[in-house]
Amino acid sequence: MLTAGTSFDDSYVAPAGVCTPVCCTLEARKGRYRKVSTKEQEDLRLVECVLLIRDAQDKAAFAEVFRRFAPRVKAYLIKSGSDASMAEECAQDVMATLWHKAHLFDPTRASVSTWVFTIARNRRIDMIRKQRRPEPDELTWGPEPEPNAADVMELQQESNRLVQALSELPDKQRDLIQKAYFGDLTHSEIADETGLPLGTIKSRIRLALEKLRHAMK
Amino acid sequence: MSKIKHHLNDALLMSYAAGSLPEAFGLVVATHISMCDDCRARLGAFEAVGGAMLDDVATSQDVDLKATLALIEKGPKAPIRVDVTKLGLFPSALQDYVGGDLDAVKWRAVGMGVRQAILPTSKDASVRLLHIPAGCAVPDHGHRGTELTLVLQGAFKDEFDRFGPGDLEIATEEDVHTPVAEEGVDCICLAATDAPLKFRGLVQRIAQPFLRI
Repeated sequence: MLTAGTSFDDSYVAPAGVCTPVCCTLEARKGRYRKVSTKEQEDLRLVECVLLIRDAQDKAAFAEVFRRFAPRVKAYLIKSGSDASMAEECAQDVMATLWHKAHLFDPTRASVSTWVFTIARNRRIDMIRKQRRPEPDELTWGPEPEPNAADVMELQQESNRLVQALSELPDKQRDLIQKAYFGDLTHSEIADETGLPLGTIKSRIRLALEKLRHAMK
Repeated sequence: MSKIKHHLNDALLMSYAAGSLPEAFGLVVATHISMCDDCRARLGAFEAVGGAMLDDVATSQDVDLKATLALIEKGPKAPIRVDVTKLGLFPSALQDYVGGDLDAVKWRAVGMGVRQAILPTSKDASVRLLHIPAGCAVPDHGHRGTELTLVLQGAFKDEFDRFGPGDLEIATEEDVHTPVAEEGVDCICLAATDAPLKFRGLVQRIAQPFLRI
């Protein structure tokens, strides 16, 4: 459902490709965006790839996502204390899970990087820590089949702003955050005052949740 | 849901997002988030930080694409399960540990009308359900480590505040308080701790090892 164009000012054109990836090429989209950075184009392309995997079991799209994330997932697992062969096995498993769970990816609530991170984190807990992993209930059986293009765009942009803000943090704080996310800090070592600039992305996700709740009524 | 006043703190959300929480705490966090969209959105933000960290990691080794495609051909290892909140008092995450809803809990009396059910988790922290009759006090106690108490039904008050359904109390070493269940409905809480509670009365201190609280 394309409803985006109506509620935004004229400088913004909804990325039709995000909603109907099959009939949209990257070239076509490039012409339609304004003020979209290369990084954002890459991120939107990744969203498109996951939707192509979901809708068309597209192996070329999968290969694109794989090239971007599989080596990163492996490096993450090695940094989190896994040996190379286990990290290889887990990374394959994480990428296969991405394929099987493509229908659960909601680009109005997470970037592909974030989604892959959560899958990798879960696999790390399952295979390395060998604990059960209580998860919050989902709001619905799956996201809207045709996510609102403007919402997707906004969330991906917000994710990018967060990446930018994180890169501007002092090295010391950044290292600490990295340690926390690679499992090198216990929960009691993680401080409550994180000082992370998360307000805006939180509001964006909150909005997406409200829309989802509304759609369920 | 908007009535929830006491939420998860950043440290708990970041630890949960990073996958570093003891299982018992993870259960309390997952249960609270099932009841609270604000914390669900905040968790999403902390997970986005994880996404940024993943984007940024230096890579050295490739992963075998062909082997992965072969793995995909075999289909998912376990059926893809989506837990949507079921009817009942407990969110699905908690129902998994109890083996059902409130009526499936195997309560044990721990004295003064209070009942508890310890849920099986990894040993680094423990979690239990508490049933406190309306109007009854929970013994005055201090804490070692961190204690999380999530209200599922009813409400309790201590000297400082009131905690109703969905509210989470985070107590640390310095906190000494006397929670009392409100009149009306019995209070049911999910409580996790990474250290045994210390009760302040002598009899309670002696009884503590037997009660496992």
